Amino acid sequence: MSVTPLDAAGIGMPVEGTSLWKNARRRLLRNRAAMGGLVVLTIIAAMAILAPYLSAHAIDDISWDAISSPPDFAQGFYFGTDSNGRDLFVRTLYGARISLMVGILASIVSLVIGVIYGAVAGYLGGAIDNVMMRIVDILYSLPFMFFVILLTVFFGRNILLIFVAIGAVQWLDMARIVRGQTMALKHREFIEAAHAFGASSSAIVRRHIIPNLLGPVMVFVTLTVPQVILLESFLSFLGLGVQEPMTSWGVLISDGVKDMETAPWTLLFPATFLAVTLFSLNFLGDGLRDALDPKDR
Amino acid sequence: MFSFVAKRLLGAVPTLFVIITIAFFMIRLAPGGPFDSERAVPAEIQENLNRVYHLDQPLIGQYWLYLKSVLEGNFGPSFSYKDYSVTELIWDGFPVSMELGLTAVFLAVIIGGGLGSLAALKQNRTADYTIMTAAMTGITIPNFVMAPLLTLVLGVYLRVLPVGGWGNGHELKYKILPVVALALPQIAYVSRLTRGSMVEVLRSNFIRTARAKGLSEWLTVTRHAARAAFLPVVSYLGPACAGIITGSVVIEQIFSIPGIGRYFIQGALNRDYTLVMGVVIFYGVLIILFNLLVDVLYGVLDPKLAHR
Repeated sequence: MSVTPLDAAGIGMPVEGTSLWKNARRRLLRNRAAMGGLVVLTIIAAMAILAPYLSAHAIDDISWDAISSPPDFAQGFYFGTDSNGRDLFVRTLYGARISLMVGILASIVSLVIGVIYGAVAGYLGGAIDNVMMRIVDILYSLPFMFFVILLTVFFGRNILLIFVAIGAVQWLDMARIVRGQTMALKHREFIEAAHAFGASSSAIVRRHIIPNLLGPVMVFVTLTVPQVILLESFLSFLGLGVQEPMTSWGVLISDGVKDMETAPWTLLFPATFLAVTLFSLNFLGDGLRDALDPKDR
Repeated sequence: MFSFVAKRLLGAVPTLFVIITIAFFMIRLAPGGPFDSERAVPAEIQENLNRVYHLDQPLIGQYWLYLKSVLEGNFGPSFSYKDYSVTELIWDGFPVSMELGLTAVFLAVIIGGGLGSLAALKQNRTADYTIMTAAMTGITIPNFVMAPLLTLVLGVYLRVLPVGGWGNGHELKYKILPVVALALPQIAYVSRLTRGSMVEVLRSNFIRTARAKGLSEWLTVTRHAARAAFLPVVSYLGPACAGIITGSVVIEQIFSIPGIGRYFIQGALNRDYTLVMGVVIFYGVLIILFNLLVDVLYGVLDPKLAHR
């Protein structure tokens, strides 16, 4: 095998190309707020998963000699106890489980519905698009929160069903974003080429449109998760969400509000956890948006 | 303009119909009934009760009855507040909720707009970063966390403001905390929006012209930039109104304020069918009217958008 002058000069060698995703990853890694958010979220998620091993107390253990006691490291009550003598640390971590699970679950539901609906409407266009978006407009003008509250009444105490339902209501924004992107994509050359090769409409939507939507959709999902977490806490705060003996940040905050004059830690710890999680998710979402869409500042 | 308003009002009819239908069947098919929590009554009395409230008829028949009475402007009697009609309850709570909400919107526009403009004028300087960090905090921390924290500091520790209640409805000190808690997230949103659009407007040609003419910075901003920069804020007023209505549900609950939001939560928990329906329809109409008002206002402010 002879070495040609071209190879020696490094010309003709496969050049390591830089793709959209590689650039995005580099930009994201450089964004300190986003990476900080990611680290904090990882820590909270790990603590939530390991909750039973991190505390000597179980979620419903009642310590009669430590009712509403302030944080006490000797007894293992890192965050103090509530008015029933239950360890607030382990309850906050179990609350994190519910909040994170619900946030991810409802976001996935809204993602699936929104992407399919938006891609179909945007791709087909014309009268079908008109009707489909008109339906979205009508749903948009419904008083959203009231329907969520009715949904929680309707599904009673089944927390999982409630959040599948919330995801099913949350997809409207996603459908709009995806539709707009699809309409922009469908006149591009590679879609025309797929047409020319005789690909069917459903194959084009599945294989060519949806993968190209990934960027904006991913950004929107990271921004949906905190919204859903907020919604769950809001409902639980009103007594409509998670029920005893299970707990969530909303329940803990609502209990904390009742006791805040005598035991402020019962409000401060869950509230801090909720706020820090929401902050981290928002920073991460903003960072992702900046990384994937540099023209947007 | 007139035909635009008429068209929009006509378009609202199917929306309202969908709202009524979904809400009606959802609350009716929910487990439990309005008389569950009361002590057991003899079967004959239960039957009489059901007959008075038409609960003995098939659901679809009740639906038509309800639609007909709503068209006549009658929301029916409340199930849980005996001797009160839903209309009376709503008009009872509405002035309180409206005062709370309108004050919050007003504060959001004035303070949010001011802070946002300031941040844009001092772009990438300390004032800008401080305001935008504060706005991020205001958006991130939900009002049901912010309100108790404010109460804890100002009401419990410093004892300068009452921790809850509404007094006789005319005392300012009862209103400060709820209004501030309700307005904070909206102030944060409006200031972010204003900053974004103001930064863009300040770079545009007509501002450069204004400056080139030797206009003072104050006049350039207030006379020329503000009008264009506030357009996105105007179109945000629709969502802001919805956000404030939602927020007021929580705020009224936290501060025990006798507004509509509290009736709704209680109604949903007690299966007070007519009360829940009444509040949903009332707020549905309110949001539709408010969005229409915002669109008309937008048309007036932005001459490029003439309504046909």
